[in-house]
Amino acid sequence: MITLKVNGESHELDVSPEMPLLWALRDRLHLTGTKFGCGKAMCGACTVHIDGQAARSCSIMVGEAAGKRITTIEAVSGKVAEAVTQAWQRLDVVQCGYCQSGQIMSAIVLLTGNKAPTDEDIDLSMEGNICRCGTYVRIRHAIHEAAKSLA
Amino acid sequence: MRIFELPIRSITFAVAFILAVIGIAISSTGAARITAAPAGDQAASLAAWNEIATVLQNPRCLNCHQLNSPLQGDSRRVHIPRVVRGQDNQGVGAMRCQNCHNNMGNNPTSGTPGGLHWQLAPVSMLWQGLSSGDLCRAVKDPKHNGNRDGAALIKHMEDEPLVLYGWDPGKGREPVPVPHEKVEEDMKVWVAGGMACPN
Repeated sequence: MITLKVNGESHELDVSPEMPLLWALRDRLHLTGTKFGCGKAMCGACTVHIDGQAARSCSIMVGEAAGKRITTIEAVSGKVAEAVTQAWQRLDVVQCGYCQSGQIMSAIVLLTGNKAPTDEDIDLSMEGNICRCGTYVRIRHAIHEAAKSLA
Repeated sequence: MRIFELPIRSITFAVAFILAVIGIAISSTGAARITAAPAGDQAASLAAWNEIATVLQNPRCLNCHQLNSPLQGDSRRVHIPRVVRGQDNQGVGAMRCQNCHNNMGNNPTSGTPGGLHWQLAPVSMLWQGLSSGDLCRAVKDPKHNGNRDGAALIKHMEDEPLVLYGWDPGKGREPVPVPHEKVEEDMKVWVAGGMACPN
């Protein structure tokens, strides 16, 4: 049995330690806000937080995440998360929306560690989150807006 | 019957003699393996280095001994998605090595390689573009090898998880072609002979 601490709750799962965390989140715990995109850490749609760091849950294995603090889009909270989600809504960042939970999770990690990111900081940090609708300009704008509201 | 006795005796003697010679040869080879690196044997040291250099210049090792971004795969292309070194050699923001690479090893489902403390090699250990001689001098220089002496270098090659990853890189990546045991032996010969380097 593997213990996963997800969104403040502990779950005992009878799964292989090599199972991708995303499988456990979506198929066992039914937390479907985190999306499957490429399945090989190339698109960022599956981004969650593990101990406050971004994690591509399709590539991080259940055994790696066991016992750590896992947060998904369903339960993300705090000042930075609020600033990001409000900026996202204000600027109407989302188009189709499929990648956006991953984008928001990465943006929160960026702003938690860097209160005033430059365009380059944003590009380097958000590099792993791909948007097929091309909302990158709005994403960048929203991150700057969220940073301003947190200042 | 008597006429067969002599040849049989001779054959028995001959076989015993041959077995004895083979035995001596085997034991000599064994002795040679153990003492293959007499202290100060520069020629043996240099020959061992030439083998070691092919390992260190293999993509499994060289791909992460880069300046700002690692390379990826056997084709040695720049890592996709783009990642950069950052202050602790482990990336920046939401693009840190361990966001995708597992400490517990390769992920057989996503194909993402992994190993304990996955990261870019420190800036002091940049190997890209070095000749065999320059690489050799860098590897034995404590300022460029993490302050390791010969014994520590041998140990590093024996049991460092990121070194061992080179022989278990996961599906889609070629392992280092030289057996790990051979590299361990080459390291001992290289160090025992004075860590000789080509010009």
